[in-house]
Amino acid sequence: MAIQDIFQAVMTFDEASVKKLVQAELEAKTDIDAILNEGLIGAMDEVGKKFSEGELFVPEMLMAAQAMKSGLEILKPHLAEGAAESKGTVVIGTVKGDLHDIGKNLVAMMMEGAGFNVIDLGVDVDAAKFVAAAKDNKARVVALSALLTTTMPAMQTTINAIREAGLTVKTIVGGAPVTQAFADQIKADGYSDDAPGAVELARRLIAA
Amino acid sequence: MIIIGELINASRKAVGTAIEAQDAAAIQKVAQDQDNAGADFIDVNAGIFVGKEPEYLKWLVETVQAVSDKPCAIDSPDPKAIETALAVHKGTPMINSISLEKDRYENLMPIVAGTDLKVIALCMSDEGMPETVDDRMKIADKLVNGLLKNNVKLENIYVDPLVQPMSVNNAFGMEFINTIEKIVTTFQGIHTACGLSNISYGLPARKFMNQTFMVMAIAKGLDGAIMNPLDKKMMANIIAAEALAGKDNFCMNYLKAFRAGMFDF
Repeated sequence: MAIQDIFQAVMTFDEASVKKLVQAELEAKTDIDAILNEGLIGAMDEVGKKFSEGELFVPEMLMAAQAMKSGLEILKPHLAEGAAESKGTVVIGTVKGDLHDIGKNLVAMMMEGAGFNVIDLGVDVDAAKFVAAAKDNKARVVALSALLTTTMPAMQTTINAIREAGLTVKTIVGGAPVTQAFADQIKADGYSDDAPGAVELARRLIAA
Repeated sequence: MIIIGELINASRKAVGTAIEAQDAAAIQKVAQDQDNAGADFIDVNAGIFVGKEPEYLKWLVETVQAVSDKPCAIDSPDPKAIETALAVHKGTPMINSISLEKDRYENLMPIVAGTDLKVIALCMSDEGMPETVDDRMKIADKLVNGLLKNNVKLENIYVDPLVQPMSVNNAFGMEFINTIEKIVTTFQGIHTACGLSNISYGLPARKFMNQTFMVMAIAKGLDGAIMNPLDKKMMANIIAAEALAGKDNFCMNYLKAFRAGMFDF
């Protein structure tokens, strides 16, 4: 039941216990994939669910992610080669002309918490940079953020550039003024109104 | 406190719909309500309508000013939309807002240069969002000095130090508030203003945190707010906080508010 303890420790934001418990499981030769998927990632999924339901709030999501990450750091040297990439690479950034990073950071953090290999390009990212990063890293998903009505058109530009480059990577969009209708209009592959929803979306699109 | 009523914003669903339908009565009701509640400026924003923003912004100014004597705060980064709206505006409006972002600065400076327009100067630059007092002051210095050099009067400048959410960094509240203090002591006679609801992003009971934050900021010199003037508790907090900050001679505003029933909930 120790994996359940790891799950609980993440859920209660107890970083010190997460480290101790993960270390103990490693020494007990517990299956590493189980520690990662059922313990750490499983807990972050539950945190995401409770956040979406309005039971948990942003600071708690941050603390849980920090606890999860500290466990992941201990696991990393023991993970099989390429395991970090196995769930897929997500390239994320805020589009050209837009400097807002808080929502984008929350999504990046939850993507990491879900075990994705996340490449965060930062803010004010032009279309060419998204295209290059997606190509170079064989990304499965490109996630675009915009917080201003004036920068939403840059999402269109970026998605067009990705398609023109012939990439088959899935594109997802989000941010305060962005809606499902807008996502459909610019032919994004998906939209989410919160960070845990973006994780679910990425999983669904990669599995499809 | 200079109150900029924020409700006529196209990104609010009812308002966006009213603008698109050219429903003047609906917009005028929101304008009058804010005017009656004590707004000093009525913000007008048509930002979601790409291409039609100049036409809609002009219509908003005309529609609002048909029922309210209050000046508008013209809320757009687009010089064409602003100029179209300015052409029909009566009195002296506010421009919301200039920043140190290159495009925005270069587009808006010629509009405000040498005029008597009020202008919100938002502490943002192309280098990203400021986090500390120093980050904010570096931007504020350049913005304010740029405006002064372009013959905008100090008392027409409203510096917005940019509120960032507490939920992601517990220093963000005081970094903002300490910037307010530094701005009002560095540039004496200048104003400050902010849209402060971002402070509570990601937290529950947001109104409660917003009200408390407003009171704390007023203590350090905040004298302008882009807000919902129909929020009675927020208005009551502002009046009490201004009296406590020594900005209400003989507590006359406080007494007036009491007699007007503004403290009855």
